[in-house]
Amino acid sequence: MTQPGAAAAPQGDGSAPVQPVAVPGPGYPRTSSTAAALSIRGLTKRFGDKVAVDGIDLDIPVGSFYGLVGPNGAGKTTTLSMATGLMRPDSGTVRVLDVDVWRDLLAAKRLIGVLGDGVRLFDRLTGRQLVTYAGLLTGMDRETVQQRVDDLLRLLDLVESADKLVVDYSAGMTKKVALACALVHAPRLLVLDEPFESVDPVSAANIRDILAGCVRNGGTVIVSSHSMDLVQRMCDHVAVIAAGRVLVAGTVDEVRAGESLEDRFVELVGGRHGGDGPEWLRTS
Amino acid sequence: MVAHLLRLRLLLLASSLKRSAWQVVGLVFGGLYGLLLLGGAVIGLIALAFAPLEIAQTTIVLGGATVVLGWLLLPIILNGIDETLDPARLAVYPIPMPQLLVGLTLAGIVGIPGVVTLIASLATIGTWIRNPVAAVAAAVCAMVAVLTCVVGSRAVAAAASGFGTRRRTREIMGVIVFIPLLLLGPLLSGIGQGLSDAAASLPSIAGIVAWTPLGAVWSVPADIVAGNPGVAALRFAIALVTLAALVAAWRYFLADALVNPRVSSGGGPRAKGLGLFGKMPGTPLGAVAARALTYWFRDPRYVRSLIIAPLLPVLFYFYYLTNGNEALLVTSGPVVALALSLSIYSDVSMDNTAFALHVSSGVSGVADRGGRVIAVLAFAVPILVLIGVGTVAVTNTWVTLPALIGLSFGILFSGLGIASVVSARVVFPAPLPGDSPFKSPPGAGAATLASSFASWGILAVIALPEIVLGIIAVVTGSLVLGVVNLFVGLVLGTLFMVIGIRWGGKILDRRAPDLLQQLMRQR
Repeated sequence: MTQPGAAAAPQGDGSAPVQPVAVPGPGYPRTSSTAAALSIRGLTKRFGDKVAVDGIDLDIPVGSFYGLVGPNGAGKTTTLSMATGLMRPDSGTVRVLDVDVWRDLLAAKRLIGVLGDGVRLFDRLTGRQLVTYAGLLTGMDRETVQQRVDDLLRLLDLVESADKLVVDYSAGMTKKVALACALVHAPRLLVLDEPFESVDPVSAANIRDILAGCVRNGGTVIVSSHSMDLVQRMCDHVAVIAAGRVLVAGTVDEVRAGESLEDRFVELVGGRHGGDGPEWLRTS
Repeated sequence: MVAHLLRLRLLLLASSLKRSAWQVVGLVFGGLYGLLLLGGAVIGLIALAFAPLEIAQTTIVLGGATVVLGWLLLPIILNGIDETLDPARLAVYPIPMPQLLVGLTLAGIVGIPGVVTLIASLATIGTWIRNPVAAVAAAVCAMVAVLTCVVGSRAVAAAASGFGTRRRTREIMGVIVFIPLLLLGPLLSGIGQGLSDAAASLPSIAGIVAWTPLGAVWSVPADIVAGNPGVAALRFAIALVTLAALVAAWRYFLADALVNPRVSSGGGPRAKGLGLFGKMPGTPLGAVAARALTYWFRDPRYVRSLIIAPLLPVLFYFYYLTNGNEALLVTSGPVVALALSLSIYSDVSMDNTAFALHVSSGVSGVADRGGRVIAVLAFAVPILVLIGVGTVAVTNTWVTLPALIGLSFGILFSGLGIASVVSARVVFPAPLPGDSPFKSPPGAGAATLASSFASWGILAVIALPEIVLGIIAVVTGSLVLGVVNLFVGLVLGTLFMVIGIRWGGKILDRRAPDLLQQLMRQR
């Protein structure tokens, strides 16, 4: 029951060496060891009067497939932006594999791959050019980049559209090419904001396989999503965020405590209305 | 339903103002400017009552036809009109077609351009006030004219979105229409020069225009005053047929657009292989340069700046032909250098949030700055050499060539250096990716205005040696001074460019995330 990863992704083949993390019961997993891929302490951010992130503490163990769930406007994207060096926090620290992100941005960014939500791409490039660009920007040599770009395009079923401009891609293809950009420098920590939005089921399954492969090989993947079902099946850890705070964090089994993740989430976050809606909507 | 659409339009107008105080300021100034123009037009039109009939008719027909033409062309230039009441967004609601047409038409009149056109058109009543029948006709014709303008521009927009489903077609159209507009000034001045002696030919032009759909409606009251009721009736018929045809076309394209919404997928152009990414060095610097240069040729927002560069000397050449004044022509090299060097001010704003890739990949600030500069140099250097050679060839003053080239390069390099520093700090407003290059977001804040003035000042100071030397060399025609200026321009310019790239790179290393947040807000 307390074994993390027991409820891991369907691909989980038992042999997946999930890093042993001491989780003292439900609640916050406080791991003081160096095994944290991402360690957030006292993170805050306010925009004007609105507190978007209100003192978040979170540890994400190395080798975990971590789901971040929360209602709209909970501060997920803000938290992930600050954790990946894209937004300066008002206070708090972020460490990625023992690198202080806001002290040594460059070193941290080499370890992180980011897929942002609601961020534009250089969409006047072709898919192949865009991923190549992302690779070259991180300072890899051209041969390595070329080979990885070919692999990624094949893995993500983008070979046929590789020579089309990204601006002409569908929403799902755009997500996939953005994911390729995040993967191209083989980051040890992958931070993906809504990676499955508008991706077709087949591609989503392929992406899940790729991510599970990353985790099996000692990488760490953080995914924010609205799909509780997906998180429950795919992730081994989950944190629920609402109103800029972590409500609960731990292994998926701990958090859901016997219920489905969705029920538990609704219970934690609240805001459900009872009934069938107003009478005039019941037309039949 | 019609009232609903109208109310929606007003609500959208009001709430767009609530978003930013600067937008209100922009609107107030825009409104004042519009009022000034409108006031002038109204006074002028009323004053025409005391002018001879022929002059009044000619002015109103030609002016009115230009206004109608403007309304028709606007949607093409702006890549779709103000989309607040985009039919595509209304497609999900069950609105009967006739009500939709009426509602959208009225909504089109409500808005600054519509109201200005309406008032100016009604002012023609004042022109014909001394003949009651003509005045009544003018009132009727003014309404017909305004409807023609609004319905026409909607029809063109609907048609353009119909067969302009392909993104690239739309973009190319937008830029191509722009070229004759740029050249309109010199062409008109050229034609005007030829015609100024024969201003008498304007009435005959107006006579022809008055038989076209553009001008017919404006001529009717004048024909009544002139005592030609038959001609007036015929021209009024042309106007009505025009309006009816436009309504029919609009209805057709609108019905089509409602069931075949504009989708941005489909074929689209393909580019085999890596393009410039395979040719530039495989380093972050080379990659940024390849990306930026690709954009210069592929993104309409950059293409616009790119076509202005060769068009400016052409413009100056026209003026040279008509006035014989060489001074303007000779400065075209330095002026183009200035325009090109300033163009990367808004580079980061043009990236918009795509800049996040630069931030998250940890590319060094120097590579980011340098790559953008290299992209501009790649085409600016040959263009400036060509312009320099071209201008001295036309004026036959080859001795000034080194001085002019030195001045051009000095300004280009120094300007690029300054822009590299400033654009790492300040986000300049720029059209969003995919938007029309002519849509510039309102509300350039005081800070951006101040910083662009400041950087012009700084450029004037640091390029002072080559400016002064260049002027002396050109005026005296000294080859020695010219060659000296060539070296001064190259050496000083390169120096300032390198300093600017390094300094801007350092700023970027420190505050790239903050710059990204500024861009996020601008969205």
